[in-house]
Amino acid sequence: MSQTRTRITLLDRVLTPSQSPRTQTMIATVGGSLFAVVLALAICAVMLAITGKNALDAYSTIIETGTDTNKLLETLRRATPLIFSATAVAVGFKMNLFNIGVEGQYLFAALIAAEAGSWVGLPAPLHVSYILIVAMIAGAAWASIAALLKAYKGIHEVISTIMLNYIALAVIQWLFESFFREEIEGNLNVKTSILPDSARIPDIVDGRLNGMFLVALLVVAVFWVLVYRSRFGFRLRASGHNAAAASTAGISARHMIIISMLISGAIAGLVAMQSVLGEAFAYGPSATPIQYGFAGITVALLGRNHPIGIVIAAILFGFLDSTSAALQLADVPNSIVKVMQAIIVLTVVIVNEATIRRLNVRTAEQARAKLETGGAS
Amino acid sequence: MSTEPTTKTTTTARQVPAIGRSGRFLLTAVTLVALMSATRIWTGFDNLTSSGTTGAALRLTVPILLAGLAGLWAERVGVLNIGIEGMMIFGTWFGAYGAWQWGPWAGLVLAIVGGMLGGGIHAIATIRYNIDQVISGVVINLLALFGARYLSELFFVGQRQGGISQSPPQSSGIPTIDFPFLAGGNIGGWKSPDVLLWFEERGWFVIADIAGLLRGITAGVSLASLFALSLVPISAWILWRTSFGLRLRSSGESPQSAESLGVNVIRLRYYGLLISGGLAGLGGGFLSIVSSSYYRQGQTAGRGFIGLATMIFGNWRPSGVLGGAALFGYSEGIKLVAGRSITGLFLFIALISALTLLISAGQRKQRRSIAAAVALILAMVAYLTINEVPDSLTQGLPYLITLIVLATASQRLRPPAQAGAPYRPGEDH
Repeated sequence: MSQTRTRITLLDRVLTPSQSPRTQTMIATVGGSLFAVVLALAICAVMLAITGKNALDAYSTIIETGTDTNKLLETLRRATPLIFSATAVAVGFKMNLFNIGVEGQYLFAALIAAEAGSWVGLPAPLHVSYILIVAMIAGAAWASIAALLKAYKGIHEVISTIMLNYIALAVIQWLFESFFREEIEGNLNVKTSILPDSARIPDIVDGRLNGMFLVALLVVAVFWVLVYRSRFGFRLRASGHNAAAASTAGISARHMIIISMLISGAIAGLVAMQSVLGEAFAYGPSATPIQYGFAGITVALLGRNHPIGIVIAAILFGFLDSTSAALQLADVPNSIVKVMQAIIVLTVVIVNEATIRRLNVRTAEQARAKLETGGAS
Repeated sequence: MSTEPTTKTTTTARQVPAIGRSGRFLLTAVTLVALMSATRIWTGFDNLTSSGTTGAALRLTVPILLAGLAGLWAERVGVLNIGIEGMMIFGTWFGAYGAWQWGPWAGLVLAIVGGMLGGGIHAIATIRYNIDQVISGVVINLLALFGARYLSELFFVGQRQGGISQSPPQSSGIPTIDFPFLAGGNIGGWKSPDVLLWFEERGWFVIADIAGLLRGITAGVSLASLFALSLVPISAWILWRTSFGLRLRSSGESPQSAESLGVNVIRLRYYGLLISGGLAGLGGGFLSIVSSSYYRQGQTAGRGFIGLATMIFGNWRPSGVLGGAALFGYSEGIKLVAGRSITGLFLFIALISALTLLISAGQRKQRRSIAAAVALILAMVAYLTINEVPDSLTQGLPYLITLIVLATASQRLRPPAQAGAPYRPGEDH
């Protein structure tokens, strides 16, 4: 113990006792994350170098393409579905639930919402909201299977949601092939019926960014209020932190599991809406983007399940994704972008854990120092 | 420690005393085969218990079995391993590379090394840096998925028949053997009679089915499959019959007390995770060397996760993992050979439900009887009305079966007490 007390770390140099504990945590978090990203870039540079590629070339390409205004819009466009899926995962994490099933939930919701949207004719704002609501209900419905299995049968949600992802793919393929598929002669890119104009979400910047970005920001804001500023959020976090203690205070873990999983699934339902309402105007096996469920997990981890963190992390990932085409032109394998994302998450999580540990030790030391000086005088 | 005898007596009290454990197991197995036999004769669906189906099922079982054992070794030392899928991906890639360059056996060794690489990362992240075990596993899955793609882009692109998502095909595979007398294998150039085949072709009730099931695991078996199967008793023996195994398990059950008795929990957790990674890697190598002759992106297809499910299903025991993996491998194998006649499975489910109904009605267990009756009616209605199950739906069948089995079996499971809890020596919990 005495050894760790005398060791002066980088953290001790940056933080001074004059700062409030809140600012100290903030500085440590932001600084730690930046440090972790730089560390990850260094690891990737070594990887590139070992495999005979020029890391400096790769990074300058990334920076050049990234600072272009068009690319900036592209970044936000790519960040939008990530924000939804990361928020969905984060809601689960707040209840100590790991929702790996976002993938199946959003694809199922996309199919159902696209199909349901083509059945009705409504005025524009109503039609769009109707589709969004159907998507949320469909996502929540699929998530409810895992929620009930967890709450009443005690099946770990990681296992059940993974199984349900595969089952969702089978069910989606069956529904699509047997019922919802629109036959158009000579068109290989099969989809559900194309949605009418009233069901299309307006663009913010023509053809580059659509309104779902604003919806994403709205959902993040609601998430913040719900989790950090509402009675429900308090009960949710209490139960997630210590279900047994919370249940003595009358908070049923079973209810919290079901409610948080339903909310998570509802938000997951919105992931593919950017494509359904603004780009493809339908669901299609090749038109609807896949893999956002898993990307959302990494973004949520990177953003530490905090609303602001999630938005920043999603934009960072969106930015990296938007540079991959340029990288390929510069003769760097663009899969390095994805490897980089995984390494960034790993380093951020490790650095974060180390900082929290160090901060706790510091707080304890300061408290002890206060006690000792208080006792002497 | 004084609680040990009392817990023993409570568990034995619940068991049926008359026939004992192995007797009960045998009885269940024979009953299942009899039900399958009845279904086969009733529906005329001979592939239900044919040696062809069983052989395919075995090849599909092995990777899941290895993934399940990987999960078992990790959780027995107290670390959750969600990253098995990723370690298997490392195994498929490194295995295919090794087999392509230096032959199939070197490929399997390299697959194990690749998996251990993943296990090592997981160990350092969770044990050294104490990060959440689930999070580390998920990150390893991502790292492997895209890492393999990156490596393919560097090593396989530009090779003959190789590409970003595929390796060049291997020229030779792991040899297969037929057992002499049982399945007509050769002894020094003399071809022995194929006894099981003779019985299988007769089509007798139960006997032909047992012959078919046995012939599937004795004819044309890959040496790699036999090696993988041998790992079940080996794992059980090491974990439950050696002092090394006792220490390993104690660091998953109660690391603090293990440490107080002089066990180096940290080192054992590293060992456990390296073994876990090696097993997962071998499972991946099996996929890219034995099941096929090249690496393909997405080859693991979630088998790492299914392995985890079989581990839970198998109550964290090697024999249970084998059972779960066989169930899954069989339902995947039957999906391959059945085609349209898969509706015969509804009849099989109906027969199982009928038997469960009889037993639970005899034991006066009301809720279970009602559930069995409902299942019986549903399965019979499905069998009589559904003529054809769409292909797309049968894709999801193995996952659905796993989920149903977990939902009905998860009540009596007992995981290692401290699996998933981070541990730092000297800290109280």
